[in-house]
Amino acid sequence: MGRFVVRRLAAMLVVMFAVSVLTFLIFNVIPNGDPADRMAGRNSTPVQIAAIEKEWGFDKPVYTQYLTTMEKVFSGDLISYANQTNVVEEIVRGIPRTFALAIGAALIWFSLGTALGLYTAIRAGRFSDTLVTVLALIGVSMPVFWLGALASYYLGFKLGLFPNGGYAEIGEHGLWEWVKHMILPWFVLATLFVGVYSRVLRSNVLDTLNDDYVRTARAKGLSERRVMIHHVLRNSLIPIVTLWGLDFGLVLGGGAILTETVFDLQGVGQYFAESVDQLDVPPVLAVTIFGAFFIVLLNTIVDIVYAALDPRIRLS
Amino acid sequence: MARHSELLLDVRDLRVCFATEEGIVQAVDEVSFKLHAGEVLAVVGESGSGKSVTAMTLMGLTRSPNARFDGSAKLRDLDLVTAGDDELRGVRAEQIAMIFQDPMTALNPLHRIGRQIVEQIQAHRDVSDGAARDQVVALLERVGIARARERYDAFPHELSGGMRQRVMIAMALSCEPAVLIADEPTTALDVTIQAQILELLKELRTRTNAGVILVTHDLGVVAEIADRIAVMYAGRIVEQGTTDEIFYNPQHPYTWGLLGSITRVDRPRPDRLPSIPGLPPSLIRPPRGCHFRPRCPHAHDACLSRPELRARVAGATGHEDRCVMSPESKRELREADGQIGLVAGGVTQ
Repeated sequence: MGRFVVRRLAAMLVVMFAVSVLTFLIFNVIPNGDPADRMAGRNSTPVQIAAIEKEWGFDKPVYTQYLTTMEKVFSGDLISYANQTNVVEEIVRGIPRTFALAIGAALIWFSLGTALGLYTAIRAGRFSDTLVTVLALIGVSMPVFWLGALASYYLGFKLGLFPNGGYAEIGEHGLWEWVKHMILPWFVLATLFVGVYSRVLRSNVLDTLNDDYVRTARAKGLSERRVMIHHVLRNSLIPIVTLWGLDFGLVLGGGAILTETVFDLQGVGQYFAESVDQLDVPPVLAVTIFGAFFIVLLNTIVDIVYAALDPRIRLS
Repeated sequence: MARHSELLLDVRDLRVCFATEEGIVQAVDEVSFKLHAGEVLAVVGESGSGKSVTAMTLMGLTRSPNARFDGSAKLRDLDLVTAGDDELRGVRAEQIAMIFQDPMTALNPLHRIGRQIVEQIQAHRDVSDGAARDQVVALLERVGIARARERYDAFPHELSGGMRQRVMIAMALSCEPAVLIADEPTTALDVTIQAQILELLKELRTRTNAGVILVTHDLGVVAEIADRIAVMYAGRIVEQGTTDEIFYNPQHPYTWGLLGSITRVDRPRPDRLPSIPGLPPSLIRPPRGCHFRPRCPHAHDACLSRPELRARVAGATGHEDRCVMSPESKRELREADGQIGLVAGGVTQ
């Protein structure tokens, strides 16, 4: 177990290194991406551009540039090319917003997906199963930006039930305001996942129901409820937990770009989207490393949880 | 033998059919038998003969929207065919328990084996965790699991197949059921382990006086342990009687075939393993009349009408079969064939 964690941590460093190098290189070869040129503005002279290049170190070789940039990422001195703000501070400002969105939505999609998946599996073939299946497919098919815009417009703007986007700090506006601002983003982001998770769980449950040990459980004279929860659901949930960990890591690392942007949550994902728009390398690089960290971290946690859930798996 | 002991199970005209995409499968067709306390009834037949479905139906495990049931299966006073779900749950494991074929998959891989047995005990009895634990450890010891206290906390994958089958047996015994159904309990195990498990079943039967239904296709197992035998073919019991009656005076040509396909060490080795020509019939469109007719070397016109299961041999009321031929003509046929039935080999009758 100890060795496993150490190895995963080492692997995490390798992944983050590779991701940062790739991101850095990609932005170096993007056409029209020369940062000095962009910083100098529209009516710049070659002399001005050369001065900027010298000041920011763009005249140095690529690997030197990479090393200095990486050094700044970890010392917290990284400055955006586009607006000269401190990147790490921007990310830190976005973290609570992104985390609030990710954690809330992940809880919703996990519990709702599990409940619907179990329900449809038990009712497989009946009308309610078909109905939920159709709803799940609709949920999966709706683009987040479209659903978010609709929800924001009708429930927020027209009916005034919810604020029209934005984020409310708990400390400043209180818990209720915070929840009111988060409800729409949570559910909009969760909708897609609920559809996927309920479908995956449904098929897992239907597979598990045919397993011999479920027949044994029934032969033991257990109540149907106990058979379903203790024997069927527990076994069916294992693959779902894996899926959940990976998706959660993605969203936690700023992957819910569309949701954050549609509801103007100003989280890490939205910051990333804006930076990409401006071909602003430092924030893009920093957020990519940030995201990679959470994805690898959640991957590791999933493996550990997996071993705890399934005694047949040993970490080695 | 258990002639005067309590009648535990009385199955009459049990029919089970399943609706499938290809049509209606008549898996069990007019099956009738009785089981007394302390008796081992072997249900013998090929795969697909309906023996497992019969066993599972007694446990209520074949119930599904696609299944239809007819007839009755009385466990003491409760009809297992018509019992409500709650009634059925109450008697499962408590009065009628089952050991399944494949111990590798019959235990939940995520739970410790001890807990899986405790779960069953606590579903039926109000027992504290500690008391149930002691009870399970004692049970595990009784079925021959060494270091039972340690093994209580083992997961199924940490045990061998034979050990797991012992755990299944301990589980089946934990509520002291009156009827124990063992569905091919040794098929998935090594030959050496098979003998141990059979020995265990025999010993437990004597000790607990439970009625045992042993579902198997292995005639060697049957000869070893059964008091009575029911031979099933294509959903029907074609012959039933005491082990001696079936082995030494078989009445149905299918039984002859089954006995004829045993390889014997006391005879010259045949060039090919003897087998019954042809395949078992489809249960969706079974042949008219006797189900064995298409494969039977002695079939004639009378076999086109549905044969009844009844006693035909004089003086043997418990020995029933479904062949319309008279016992006398059958005796002639068997003597002419020479090969069919153990009697032809000169074994005393």
